[in-house]
Amino acid sequence: MSAFWTLLKRDLLLAMREGSAVGTALGFYLIVVALLPLGLGPDLNLLSRIAPGILWIALLLAALLSLGRLFEADDEDGSLEVMALGEMPLEIVAVAKALAHWLSTGIPLVLAAPVLAILLNLDINAYGVLVLSLLIGTPAISFLGLIGAALTLRAKKGGLLLALLVLPLYVPTLIFGISAINAALSGFGGFYASLMILGAISMGAVVLGPIASAAALRFQMQ
Amino acid sequence: MLLTVKSLVVDRGDRRIIDDLSFSLRAGETLTLLGPNGVGKTTLIRALAGFLAHQSGEILLEGPGLDEEKPVGESCHYVGHANGMKSSLTVIENLSFWSHYFGSERRLGKETNTCDDENTQPFEQSLRVALEQFDLFELADIPAGYLSAGQKRRLGLARLLVSKRPLWLLDEPTVSLDQASVMLLGEAVKAHVAGGGLVVAATHIPLGLENTRELLLASRSVVA
Repeated sequence: MSAFWTLLKRDLLLAMREGSAVGTALGFYLIVVALLPLGLGPDLNLLSRIAPGILWIALLLAALLSLGRLFEADDEDGSLEVMALGEMPLEIVAVAKALAHWLSTGIPLVLAAPVLAILLNLDINAYGVLVLSLLIGTPAISFLGLIGAALTLRAKKGGLLLALLVLPLYVPTLIFGISAINAALSGFGGFYASLMILGAISMGAVVLGPIASAAALRFQMQ
Repeated sequence: MLLTVKSLVVDRGDRRIIDDLSFSLRAGETLTLLGPNGVGKTTLIRALAGFLAHQSGEILLEGPGLDEEKPVGESCHYVGHANGMKSSLTVIENLSFWSHYFGSERRLGKETNTCDDENTQPFEQSLRVALEQFDLFELADIPAGYLSAGQKRRLGLARLLVSKRPLWLLDEPTVSLDQASVMLLGEAVKAHVAGGGLVVAATHIPLGLENTRELLLASRSVVA
């Protein structure tokens, strides 16, 4: 277990020192959301109607930007091979890396969402559910992203391929994330069901992502 | 401690790189892999570490305190072409990371009743030994990204000493090292071997060791 914490601590420290991943993701999120009202015009009703979808989709794309580096940096400098020789299985290594990604990129994006929601005139009643749905849904982004990051590890210019592989996997998270916010907006309650499904998807991803990505990594290291 | 390789066959794609190779290595011995470029030295070392699947044959590491079920890779240190160090972490942070990553679990298993002070002691001790052995003491607080190629290599090699593992697999360990550093590596290998360790090294530069056996891999171009 202590190898796990060591790795998690190192990855968070690296994310803090290098800082470019979270900076790029936050910048991208801000730009996409800020450009949208400029393109659609100042129709506040329209903006607040599409706000949940925009906030979720832009967050997915922003998180996607940083996924490629998940294993790449460790592969380039040889750390990944050394880690594979540790007593900790690669599956747990993958868990640590995804957890570090979620803490260092996912959480900042979730915290940025309510601020950006102001730009889109989101109904004030939906803010709580927006943050909650993102918080519950984003682990799935990091843990399913592991699979794509491991599969495209040594592919040159694998960024686009990564998006093609991973974005379809995000569809359930996207659907239930937005439906939770819409349920809150409709005022009838009932967003709990969506949040629970969102949580189930995330938990499934936490189990599946590491197993699949470790298998892919073993193959990549051959 | 005995490393046995029995009729090992390793293919890469449809090319057979290693065909029916057998050798054994006892504790206290060094095996130097020789042969021209592309003959399969790296392939053999990566197969020993378990990165490459072998088509047939056996790789066994037997000895006291070794679990036979455990893959050989978990009993070895592998130093390949890359050093496995993060450029934004300092020398000591890098080494301390690997020391905790490798060392702690076994120590926790065996000495559960020791207090915290004693638990942290071995880490610092092994870190100091590693820094001294590879002459990195003065560089300890410098980010690894600022080091020269040779210094980075010494840092990569210092990883060998931060946690104890019986088998060292060294793939061209002397790349970008100067004469003095090659001597330091030679001393480290000598000390490891004297302590009952095993070393398999692919190198063209002699490390100045006695008790070294050589394995000359011959070129073959058999297509399976």
